[in-house]
Amino acid sequence: MTVTPGWYMALAAVLFVIGGSGLLLRRNALIMFMSVELMLNAVNLTFVAAGRELNVLDGQVSVFFVMVVAAAEVVVGLAIIVAVFRRRSTASVDELAELRG
Amino acid sequence: MDALVSLVLLLPLGGTVLLLGMGKRIGEPLAGWIATASVAGSFVLTAVAAVDFFEGGAHGEVIGWFSWLPAFGVDAAFLWDPLSAVMTLVVTGVGALIHLYSIGYMHGDPGFGRFFAYMNLFVTSMLILVLADNFAVLFVGWELVGLSSYLLISFWYERPAAASAGKKAFIVNRVGDVGFLVALMLVFASFGTFSFESVFERAPEVLDTGTATAITLLLLLGATGKSAQLPLYVWLPDAMEGPTPVSALIHAATMVTAGVYMVARTGVLFELAPVSAGTVATVGAATALYAATIAIAQTDIKRVLAYSTISQLGYMFLAVGSAAYVAGIFHLMTHAFFKALLFLGAGAVIHALEDEQDMRRMGGLARLMPVTFATMLVAWLAISGIPPFSGFWSKDEILAIVFGRGGAWVALWAVGLLTAVLTAGYMARLMYLTFFGERRWSDDLHPHEAPATMTVPLVALGVAALVGGFVNTPWRLGLEHFLEPAFEGVTLAHPPEGATPWVLAIVTAALAVLAIAFVAQRYVVAERRPAEEGRAWGLLRAGYHVDEAYGGIFVGMGAPAATWMARDVDQRGIDGLANGVGWLTQALGRWMRPLQTGYVRTYGLALLAGAVALLGWFLTRAGVF
Repeated sequence: MTVTPGWYMALAAVLFVIGGSGLLLRRNALIMFMSVELMLNAVNLTFVAAGRELNVLDGQVSVFFVMVVAAAEVVVGLAIIVAVFRRRSTASVDELAELRG
Repeated sequence: MDALVSLVLLLPLGGTVLLLGMGKRIGEPLAGWIATASVAGSFVLTAVAAVDFFEGGAHGEVIGWFSWLPAFGVDAAFLWDPLSAVMTLVVTGVGALIHLYSIGYMHGDPGFGRFFAYMNLFVTSMLILVLADNFAVLFVGWELVGLSSYLLISFWYERPAAASAGKKAFIVNRVGDVGFLVALMLVFASFGTFSFESVFERAPEVLDTGTATAITLLLLLGATGKSAQLPLYVWLPDAMEGPTPVSALIHAATMVTAGVYMVARTGVLFELAPVSAGTVATVGAATALYAATIAIAQTDIKRVLAYSTISQLGYMFLAVGSAAYVAGIFHLMTHAFFKALLFLGAGAVIHALEDEQDMRRMGGLARLMPVTFATMLVAWLAISGIPPFSGFWSKDEILAIVFGRGGAWVALWAVGLLTAVLTAGYMARLMYLTFFGERRWSDDLHPHEAPATMTVPLVALGVAALVGGFVNTPWRLGLEHFLEPAFEGVTLAHPPEGATPWVLAIVTAALAVLAIAFVAQRYVVAERRPAEEGRAWGLLRAGYHVDEAYGGIFVGMGAPAATWMARDVDQRGIDGLANGVGWLTQALGRWMRPLQTGYVRTYGLALLAGAVALLGWFLTRAGVF
């Protein structure tokens, strides 16, 4: 059985849905953060798969961009989460609802 | 030459800038000396630059600075010809003396530096006006003169009377300026240029009588505002709220002559419109008589002089209206000497009596202030037209020319003659009430002669008022030859030939002497002195209640309109629109606020829904569904 691009797409979709569900359903900021990473990597998978199928480099280039941005985002995001945790002793996002209109 | 004339302008301008910026730090008396030096320097340079004209034959030249409004072909350029030279000499010469006088008069005033900055600004503006080479630059000077007049009338702005007098002067002048501005538009529409030279050269071909009449009548409206003629004279008596040197410089010697100068400068246009010229002369004669009657009954020494100024300006209008341009400019010059002198003398008296302006509380000052008295005496004889003082020569030249034109002009001559008689009378009353008779001021005042900075200008102006008339006597027309090149395109009116001018002059002078004798006979003998009461005196003292009438008509109609604009249009309409936009935004915000829950999952879900919706749209577009 050959692994066709469709399989990659399917796996990426599964990973994306898992990440999205985690983001929407979990309350812990750290877990939500990991879910976001999962979604990003699901997208990365589609990029490389499509790039290989079409025999172009664009897919891989895009992935590098996403990885760089994700790394930067992790730095900032984690710092925020740690800072919030230090002040409030909680990582639950539902308790951080000060922006309620 | 270019550099000289430019410097004439730049000196006072530099003084203005320096004193506006640092006047307070420079302080007293240096600020005054700087201002005086700048104007005096200007005078010297003018005299040097005018030497060519004295030698005769030299024509005007244009000094261009830069291209100002290329779209209209307007340059910031100045015209140096005999007419502007005479005006510049008068402005800077009298101006320098008044600056010097002000150093003494304004001693101890907290606004000393500011005062001299404004004075220099005024001289600069007036020089721009008289040196302008086109209507646009003339208008700049015209407006700047109005501004500096406003600043100086309301110089003591803490006093409500001074502040409102300044506003009154400015607003009344604006009424005249409307006419002036429309006249400029008509000039540009007819000629496509503002330049004096090309306008005057082409005027006879371009303008038909109707357009010429319209332009000149509108110019006259502007002139009546600036030169305080009927019906726009009302600001000048109130302008006496300013410091006395200001009254002398602006409201007697220079600024108010701007209208006369302007009519003389645009003489070519007035020649094309005999109706306008006649109107100018009639307005002048009417104003001369009208203001003279009011001056009879005034009790404030400065107000007598103010109405007398209006009256004398009437003579100048009568002159320029009769095409006697040289005589008009001649009277402008002698008037600048003796009227500035009268005002400065009055200022010295006011100063000595600690700001008393009411002649009913003066008297007996002749021996206490000999220099002031002697110089005022000269000015009085000059304005009364007693030979050989300067006013005699200029006034009688005007009257002779007007008489010589015959026909209806003889009526204007009669009005002028009557005015001359009244002038001699009311000035005699002023002199008597101020310097003679018993002392009516309180005993704790100790009036004494003014300091040297004030008496030196008095003496200098006294000499000028005494001999100034000899620049243009019937046997030696010096000023006329000097000015002739400036009036090339204009037919100048001349006095009749033969003995007529002499007879007229002797009659006028004799009547003036009679008027003085009459006043002396009434006032000096105490029992016969008029109580100055009764309805006629009251009517004259109130200036025929014209102020009240103007107030009733224009303020009465203007106030409701202004209230309507302020309350209904501005507060309700425009403010309502602005507030309405704010209210709408607020309401929208209140309505949309619940969308922001503050929960991350709400935003996440919204994001997801949005992404799904976008995906759905793309797929639909691609034809998948």
